[in-house]
Amino acid sequence: MAPTLFFEQMLNGLQLGMMLFLMASGLTLVVGIMNFVNLAHGSLYMIGAFLAVTVLMQTGNHLLALGAGIVGTALVGLLIEWFIAQPLYGRDHLDQVLCTFGIILFLNELARVIWGSAPLRMDVPEWLDGSVDLAGIAYPVYRLAIIVVSALVALGLHLVITRTRLGMLIRAGAADRLMIVGLGVNIQFLYALVFAAGAALAALAGILAAPIYTVQTGMGDHILILTLVVIVIGGIGSVHGALAASLLVGVIDTIGRVTLPAGFGNILIYVPMAMILFWRPRGLFPSHG
Amino acid sequence: MADTLLPVANPVVGTGDSARRRASLGVALICVALLAAVPFAASALGDTFYVRVVTRMMIFAIMAISLDLVLGFGGMVCFGHAMFVGAAAYVVGIFVFHASSGEPLTIAGVAFQGSTNALVIWPVAIATSALLALVFGAIALRTSGLYFIMITLAFAQMLYFVAASASGYGGIDGLTLDKAPTLGPLDTGDRQQFYWVVLAALAAAYLLCRRIVESRFGLVLRASRSNPTRLSAVGVSPYRYRLAAFVIAGALAGLAGVLLASSQSFVSPADMSWSRSGELIVMVVLGGMATLYGPIFGAFFYLAAEFALGHLTEHWQLVMGPLVIVVVLFGKGGLAGLWSAVRRGETP
Repeated sequence: MAPTLFFEQMLNGLQLGMMLFLMASGLTLVVGIMNFVNLAHGSLYMIGAFLAVTVLMQTGNHLLALGAGIVGTALVGLLIEWFIAQPLYGRDHLDQVLCTFGIILFLNELARVIWGSAPLRMDVPEWLDGSVDLAGIAYPVYRLAIIVVSALVALGLHLVITRTRLGMLIRAGAADRLMIVGLGVNIQFLYALVFAAGAALAALAGILAAPIYTVQTGMGDHILILTLVVIVIGGIGSVHGALAASLLVGVIDTIGRVTLPAGFGNILIYVPMAMILFWRPRGLFPSHG
Repeated sequence: MADTLLPVANPVVGTGDSARRRASLGVALICVALLAAVPFAASALGDTFYVRVVTRMMIFAIMAISLDLVLGFGGMVCFGHAMFVGAAAYVVGIFVFHASSGEPLTIAGVAFQGSTNALVIWPVAIATSALLALVFGAIALRTSGLYFIMITLAFAQMLYFVAASASGYGGIDGLTLDKAPTLGPLDTGDRQQFYWVVLAALAAAYLLCRRIVESRFGLVLRASRSNPTRLSAVGVSPYRYRLAAFVIAGALAGLAGVLLASSQSFVSPADMSWSRSGELIVMVVLGGMATLYGPIFGAFFYLAAEFALGHLTEHWQLVMGPLVIVVVLFGKGGLAGLWSAVRRGETP
């Protein structure tokens, strides 16, 4: 592989990795703190993208579309948390898997009813169109913007989690849920907040991805599985683990797609996953005691 | 106190058990008789379409039973069970493809001609599924809980992409079986004959799982679900038993896979998609986990609901999704739980 092509693909891998991080950071917290397997996380990604495309088609304003997609999806997340997740906290993982699987069936079909089966396109805003010259290669500004936005979100999350009282509660929740309940923390509020934040991050990922891929029903399914691979490699409940694993998966997946015969690149990420889980069954950065 | 420690010595439990066993065997016989009547009823009505519908239901029932062995009795939430079905189905598809195209499959310099003899293909296909279950299970069973759910899902996805990218075998579009395999004197392409093959396979799978669950092996397996720590404390490592159950379930799913390939005359990556694995879990839970007849009813019920709702609206999943949620949130023990509540004279 030529060095410039390699560099470009590394950037693409970084971009995919950062987007996976937006998904994985929310999901790893929901799974780690509430001990709740939310397979519908990919559906939130899809809803965010659909809401944003709809608002964009109506108003033509990208920032408004972004805001509406994120807020709308966070509200959907709250509804799911209130009606379905809450009764399931403390129940079997199997029950959670089934219910969230039911949500996926429902939301995928609902999206098909509302928006149809044909993929929708979302255009890149004009002010992010075009490409910049990076060490001799022309790289799309939009992809660069995704990397920057996600990196800022990652930095913000890092600061919230390590520097604030809320972050302390979140870390405590991931490490020992019972203990923080025992200490009198309003756990229901914390749960709802984490769930909504996770939904908002998933929506952000879906909206950012919309111009690169297409917006269609079932678009969340593939990214969900990549996200699950990420949080399993990173260690459930660890945001730092999620970041490391996202970048690893993003780069490996992208390199695999470029170097291996068509289709086989999809398989490459499962090899390191199997190897890592074989040696460290609780992931790279296990956060549970 | 001694009674609770040594329940084996209690003769009342013993007779109650054998009465229940006879009753459940009776129900099983009635079910087999009902299923055996289907082809005759269908040809009397002149509508053989239902033979194909019930064939498909029975094949899914085999998948559900095999999953129940892992999920219900072993307590392992495997979210990739369809991969064992799909793998076996693909082996059948590939054998038939090379036999009918006449172009040999070359692996490491050795050319295989393919075959349409089910007595050759089916054992190879089932062994492939069992081998996959052995390799994937050996890795996946080192993890537990959430990690196990996700690693099985990931392995299934991996296999899905292998099938989807195998462009020589149709890739994502799947592979049509140009010839129906022959099973000794039987032609699996003949709907009536194939029906009996599938019915026999279902009955055999049911009896086999019954034997397994009631054996000492089954006892250890169930113990590994309810209390693995205690099991380890009495000197039994759950890992080998779980792995053995995983391989048996994989092989049985493979049996369902070869039947599925013949029943559809077609295999595609969708046969091992993660949503198929999810549907299988729904069937087991809907029917009632850790009972053997539960998953059979669950599979029949799910496909019947899909069929009935699919007639009403193409968006039947709008109904199925919430239905699953409601059953999980409010139903206890699925259809089997409902059935035993009715038998005890309770309102469910």
